Amino acid sequence: MNNIDILIVGAGGAGLSTAIEAKRAGLNVTVVSKTQITASQTCQAQGGINAVLDDTKDSIKEHIADTLKSAHGIGNEESIKYMCENAKESIEWLNKLAVPFSRDEQGNIAQRKLGGTKNKRACYSSDYTGLKILHTLFDTCLKEDIEFLEEYMLLDLIVERNTIKGIVALDICSGNIMQILAKKVVLATGGYAGIYTNYNTNSYATTGDGVASMNRVNGEISNMEYVQFHPTALKGSSILISESARGEGGYLVTKDGIRFIDELKPRDEVARAIYEKIQNGNEIYLDVRHLGYERILHLMPQEYNLTLQYTGLRMDEDLIPISPAAHYSMGGILTSKDGQTSINNLFAVGECSNNGVHGANRLGGNSLLEIIVFGRLVGQNINNKLDEITFEDKEYEIYKYHKEEYKSIMSYPNEINLYTVKEELGKILFEDVGLFREQKCLKQALNKVVQYKKDKYLMGLGDKGKLYNTNLKEFYELQNMIELSILVIQSALEREESRGAHYRIDYKNENSKYNKPTVMGAI
Amino acid sequence: MKLVVCSKEYEIEEKVDNLLSALNYIKSYHNNSLAYRSGCKSGICGSCAVLVNGTEKLSCKTVIVENDTVEPLRNSNIIKDLVVDISVQNKLLKKANAQLQSFQQDTILENDVQIIDKESNCILCNSCYSSCPVYEVNKEFIGPFALVRAYRYIDDKKEINKKNIIDHIQDNGVFSCTLCGNCNMVCPSLIDIKGDIMKLQNKSVQHGHQNPNMMSGFNDSLDFGFNPNGF
Repeated sequence: MNNIDILIVGAGGAGLSTAIEAKRAGLNVTVVSKTQITASQTCQAQGGINAVLDDTKDSIKEHIADTLKSAHGIGNEESIKYMCENAKESIEWLNKLAVPFSRDEQGNIAQRKLGGTKNKRACYSSDYTGLKILHTLFDTCLKEDIEFLEEYMLLDLIVERNTIKGIVALDICSGNIMQILAKKVVLATGGYAGIYTNYNTNSYATTGDGVASMNRVNGEISNMEYVQFHPTALKGSSILISESARGEGGYLVTKDGIRFIDELKPRDEVARAIYEKIQNGNEIYLDVRHLGYERILHLMPQEYNLTLQYTGLRMDEDLIPISPAAHYSMGGILTSKDGQTSINNLFAVGECSNNGVHGANRLGGNSLLEIIVFGRLVGQNINNKLDEITFEDKEYEIYKYHKEEYKSIMSYPNEINLYTVKEELGKILFEDVGLFREQKCLKQALNKVVQYKKDKYLMGLGDKGKLYNTNLKEFYELQNMIELSILVIQSALEREESRGAHYRIDYKNENSKYNKPTVMGAI
Repeated sequence: MKLVVCSKEYEIEEKVDNLLSALNYIKSYHNNSLAYRSGCKSGICGSCAVLVNGTEKLSCKTVIVENDTVEPLRNSNIIKDLVVDISVQNKLLKKANAQLQSFQQDTILENDVQIIDKESNCILCNSCYSSCPVYEVNKEFIGPFALVRAYRYIDDKKEINKKNIIDHIQDNGVFSCTLCGNCNMVCPSLIDIKGDIMKLQNKSVQHGHQNPNMMSGFNDSLDFGFNPNGF
């Protein structure tokens, strides 16, 4: 596949926002997605999207200050400033695309309070904010006639002389390995919190494929140790219960009904406080009973239904048992504010990227904002010098490699079950590379994960067929997860301090020596 | 516990009672080649709809019991096992012009948002498409999810060009529906699809369209074996 101006890998809010702006700038745009277009992680965002809409009640200055504070000194002030200053305009953009935001009594877009701020700043659509934004963006893409390649998995980036040429992908449906060339490529492949198998709130698809691909071409990646643990996932299933439950007035309590922390502190602090209690043998519960049935159903219908379905409990009558779970990756592909990566003509945007807007800890409501603001920014600027790029119609080495590699994978013996490894990996990471970390456990985890990497050749597939072989897809995903886990652990070992979501029990304080992002893979 | 997936029996651990977990268990330990779609585990990504004992369900939201049978959705070509070809989805949505055509600035109150609240929660799981008897005989039918999405924009106060969408849902559209209500029964987002299509029929008439079935007389109308009017 050739002659694509802009190839966008990933169809969440970031990828689709980029696609819409690039298409509207007159470019030929193709979006590649591992899942069906509307099945990306964005659909699971519940709580809201931050913006200062009324400067008599809130201010951009405060939004910047709250975000910077939460970033704990390793955020990028330029990116944060740009995001906060362009938040209102992005909400207006979404509003004009027809995102059905909830309204207050005067007909203004309604806003709720989330953690890490004193102000009501998060615009929302009940607790289906991500779903409604994603589907509205998708509808817009259909109207704009944007090309989709659905169910194609990114295997590797094609890079020559530090310049992107395209990607190698697996067409999941046919089982064919494809070379897709483009003048510029945007990675919008999502985060890597899915490496914490069974201990995360993410989709099965969130396996950090883009970040792992970037690592394999020695592109710069950054802050990999920074994984956010959401304070309130349902105990056992790790189903997300949004921060909106606390934002609307919910409490965190012990079984005796005793509150033990300000529920609207930043997520890292709340999650650690909960986990500490749980490790000491307590059950911790979310209590929203005092809000009443009608208010709960109006403001958080999704959370109400999920809780009922997965626990059999009613939020209006029962205490809901919760536990923290991996939720979001602050780290990822290092980019400038404008999404430029360390590789020419390759951009990254959204959760797979790190342009410094979250630093050491992301605020609730800033992730949806990030994907829209920077997705649009990348799409608007991507036309720059596009005409100077020419295609070279040839089979690139990495494409040839993958065609051979495919044959090799099919010949690996099935001595180790990759699904068992995936589950073990999740458990190791949650226990040893989780909310509380220390050198001994991190090293122990690293040894085990490095062994998994070596065991690749024994994780042969039971499915040797070509057609819709998810066994093969999951093999590739697991290799990415293992690779990323090693990076997370190495970065966590390197940062001998505690800062934001990265907490070392052997180095409990911030150390100014580490007052900068962790960067790996510099060529 | 015994579970029958695509006509093949599997023994599942007793503690696994969620269908998606059961499929994961089968894939991990019994049959690596079993193909099915899944994603969010929480009923919102729309990937995992299948037939359970003949009825459309999201795997991730289904509690299984002994001897349940699991099959792929109807009305689509099967790619493999529980995976069906849903590439027609985007074509139908485009055909229906189920997108905002022209934005207009207007005062929008919470009541206005509530009118399209359920409709804008459609997750495109294709359950309605699978349950629809009209598809069995007419693959050109725009169908429930695309009509719901058309309704979502037609009843959005931000849409000034409602007629454009209404005009696009006439050919094999609103009046081809038999109003059997199957789609309502299977929609995991609890959308009143039949009610929305009835409203779209009224709106179509208000915008100058006619019911082609009525024009040709009741006796000549297509007979799908069910007549909601009781004639």
